[in-house]
Amino acid sequence: MTTEAAAIGLTHGGSEDTGLGHRGPESKSIVVPYGFWLFVLSDMVLFSALFATYASLAHATDGGPTSNQLFDRTLVAIETIALLLSSFVCGLAMIAAKRGNMIWTQGWLLLTGLLGFVFLSIELYEFAVMIAEGAGPQRSAFLSAFFTLVGCHGAHVTAGLLWIGTMMAQIWAKGFREDIMRRLLCLSVFWHALDIIWVAIFTIVYLIGTLP
Amino acid sequence: MTEQESELLNVAPGQPHDSMLSESLSYVIGLGLALLLTAVSFWVASTSVLWGPGVAVGLVVLAIAQMGVHLVFFLHITSGPDNTNNVLALAFGVLIVFLVMIGTIWIMAHLAANMGPSPEMMNLHMQH
Repeated sequence: MTTEAAAIGLTHGGSEDTGLGHRGPESKSIVVPYGFWLFVLSDMVLFSALFATYASLAHATDGGPTSNQLFDRTLVAIETIALLLSSFVCGLAMIAAKRGNMIWTQGWLLLTGLLGFVFLSIELYEFAVMIAEGAGPQRSAFLSAFFTLVGCHGAHVTAGLLWIGTMMAQIWAKGFREDIMRRLLCLSVFWHALDIIWVAIFTIVYLIGTLP
Repeated sequence: MTEQESELLNVAPGQPHDSMLSESLSYVIGLGLALLLTAVSFWVASTSVLWGPGVAVGLVVLAIAQMGVHLVFFLHITSGPDNTNNVLALAFGVLIVFLVMIGTIWIMAHLAANMGPSPEMMNLHMQH
């Protein structure tokens, strides 16, 4: 197989792999996270539609409160730092898990979840204050788009927190089995992707929305 | 080809590799760069030193740079031969994201401009 494959000439980085599937299917540890990567990318396409909607409706305030009056940059900065640190700690959890270190894996995953919870709490507090002020999603097209976009991200973070909890339980009960490690890798890809989407949200919604 | 060799030809997205030190270093560098870019974003948005109309564009550039940092240092998407599939999928995703966003903003901005402020104004405009 190896000589035939090399003879075709389409080699990758000096290896004998042609990239044309001559080696047969990849192992599950590659295929599963790759499939999950495709899901994450399609999720980003979903968010791009919400971003486009928000950008189109950002000034359709119907005489109601504008983004400049509603958003508090200090809260957003704390949210951003919490989610960024959470993403970082999630990476540390992956490093510990790869070495089969139960205590550190559980500890880092717990910290990942706690930082995510801090983020989510601040976001829900912001939503509650806005709705109490009469700036709920039904006030204007701008606010409908805002709650849909940021709320959709918040829903993803909530799902991620539940996932972190179940992964901690699975690692605790079943150990660092191959299938558990695959799920953990998918979780880390999901969690890092949420932080990437948050970068777009805090820039487009909160920073550009509060420019003088 | 052994199982170990086959592992070297492809890596999954987000999969840490190499030694513990270089893995940790990757995350630490990523965190440092992301914090720096975030801080610059918040500074650019609140300073009056910079030319006002250019600030929004600068913020978008900073955001795209930070997304790149996250992709490289946290998700380990590299230009290496073992990452070809991940990069190609990402490229397609980015293409669709930009088509949807720029296409929508472009069309909706022109639509808003062509609709005019009110029907009366539109009639005046069309009489010329």
